[in-house]
Amino acid sequence: MNLLRIWVMFKARNAEFFRDRAAFGWNFLFPFLIVAGFALIFGGDTRDAYKVGVFPWTTATVDRKDAPLPGRLGSARMLRFVGFRTAAEGIETLRHHKIDLLMELDSTGPRYWVTSAPRSHVAEALFHAALQPPECRGAGQEQQIQGAPIRYIDWLFPGILAMNMMFSALWGVGFIIVRYRKNGVLKRLKATPLRAFEYLSAQMLSRIFLLMFTLVIMWIGCDLFFDFNVQGSYIELVIAFGIGGLSLCSLGLVVAARGSSEEFASGIVNFIGWPMMFLSEVWFSLEGAPEWLKHLAEAFPLTHMLRAVRAVMNDGAGFSDIWPELAVLAAMTTVFLLFGSLLFSWNE
Amino acid sequence: MTAASKTPASAILEVRDLVKTYGGMRAVDGVSFAIQEGICFGLLGPNGAGKTTTIEMIEEIIPETSGEIRYRGKSRAPDFNRHIGIQFQQTTLLDFLTVKETLKIFQAFYGIRADIDRLVRLCQLEEILGQYNDRISGGQKQRMLLALALVNDPEIVFLDEPSTGLDPQARRNLWDIVLDIKSSGKTVVLTTHYMEEAQHLCDEVAIMDRGRVIAQGAPDSLVKQHCRGTTVALPRRSLGCHPDRLGRRWRAVGENIAVETDDINAYLRTLMSLQVDLNDVVIHSPNLEDVFLKLTGRKLRD
Repeated sequence: MNLLRIWVMFKARNAEFFRDRAAFGWNFLFPFLIVAGFALIFGGDTRDAYKVGVFPWTTATVDRKDAPLPGRLGSARMLRFVGFRTAAEGIETLRHHKIDLLMELDSTGPRYWVTSAPRSHVAEALFHAALQPPECRGAGQEQQIQGAPIRYIDWLFPGILAMNMMFSALWGVGFIIVRYRKNGVLKRLKATPLRAFEYLSAQMLSRIFLLMFTLVIMWIGCDLFFDFNVQGSYIELVIAFGIGGLSLCSLGLVVAARGSSEEFASGIVNFIGWPMMFLSEVWFSLEGAPEWLKHLAEAFPLTHMLRAVRAVMNDGAGFSDIWPELAVLAAMTTVFLLFGSLLFSWNE
Repeated sequence: MTAASKTPASAILEVRDLVKTYGGMRAVDGVSFAIQEGICFGLLGPNGAGKTTTIEMIEEIIPETSGEIRYRGKSRAPDFNRHIGIQFQQTTLLDFLTVKETLKIFQAFYGIRADIDRLVRLCQLEEILGQYNDRISGGQKQRMLLALALVNDPEIVFLDEPSTGLDPQARRNLWDIVLDIKSSGKTVVLTTHYMEEAQHLCDEVAIMDRGRVIAQGAPDSLVKQHCRGTTVALPRRSLGCHPDRLGRRWRAVGENIAVETDDINAYLRTLMSLQVDLNDVVIHSPNLEDVFLKLTGRKLRD
């Protein structure tokens, strides 16, 4: 092993990343846009709002104060009202699931329409609850959750960063090496004393350096806007992201081990990336999902990385809490590296 | 007998019965040759003849199916790639690096820290050192790839179709550099399907067709051996008499007639005595293209 050769390859790969202005900008802009978009959409009370169509009403927007909404519907949360001139117009919109419930105004016992969609079912329950007499609503005693509340953005943000890291690792390592194999760069490198191990190490180190660099910039940038609430220590956060990033980069090396078809490589990256994105709880929790799906999710490095990161960020977890996840990530890294280097070919 | 079977003591590289099969196809089918140190050796043949496959087996880029490759009389050692320099037919390099950075990185692969000025001068790269390696002209790119092949001061330089796609001026320029490399004592091995290139640069050529070496030797002696005589072509109208009176076998080529002769001086005197205007006469000396045509019935470039 020659450290100088690893170093020059590392520098060359970094130069490529920083000098490709378009891709460089996109690397920052993309996750920022997603986070900003979600903050905008889900930031207020409108999150998961159910749409209730009302008729007859002359304008599309319905001001709760002006509309004669029965019961407590006028002050009900999670509901948004949309106006329709006629019943036919509203029903047509409801049929296409663009609204969740349709109701008639100005009648004492209002007529309403729903579909079989789950959202429609929930809207109907909210509708009924708002029309119930006060004594029925007081059933049960609400308890307070102990501990600081976790804002949705504080839960979502690590997921977005981790997802960005995952795609950046798979494309930046996996796809790039396949492209270099296809256009003959690897063949040229093979003709020099550079060894496969040195080349792959440099690729991986460069990508983890760039991932962490992007992560820090992104974090600082987004923190200015959203003022994140980090319960644990930043050191543990960086370590969890770092080991997670390594495991994702080494998975990229497995993708890149063979083959010179860019189409096939991008297919494989998507085949791995998309299920990982959906099953690793980036967007939604797998609570209540079938057991086999939960087991499958355990096979993805992103799952463990995200669990560790969220534990540190949301719950203030320390090393003693997250070491099992870190150990799994380290084991995955080793296995992927072993596979990737055994399978690697310069020109096949 | 081929040169290889004689095993000259001074051969820097020797190939015996080299075979490469892909599926059932024998891309290289029992090739043998020996290359003397310090010469320019050419593999000449049409596309698909097996030239590139042959030298890539020698370069250890692809494994041979069978056969033997010896460097200085011995099997190639693990550090063989330090003694050779390679210019591939089509190479893309690492993106977003300047020509100078690219040269420096390749130097570092070999652990060399010397400055690159001599290399830059030799390959005339002064003006493009600061440009990205994919934003330069075809001729400039070939010269840069040549510099990369020389970065480790190799004993043998392999050039795979070095001038393909270059305009005539850039090609001449590249040839001059190759001759400079040879004059510095290095052994040059090149593949080409340009007859002129082989004739201009090579001390020895092996003509390849369909995976085999069909002729081998110095270009001049190959021509003498396989294509005796010179072809004289003249327009039929400039001849005042019937071509049969020329006293030799002739053939019609369009409006012209062509005659082959071993003694061009005597034949020109005959034409003058027949009062043929020599301004109209075209004299064609045979070359490697004719050797290939003679041996295979086909042209080098179809």
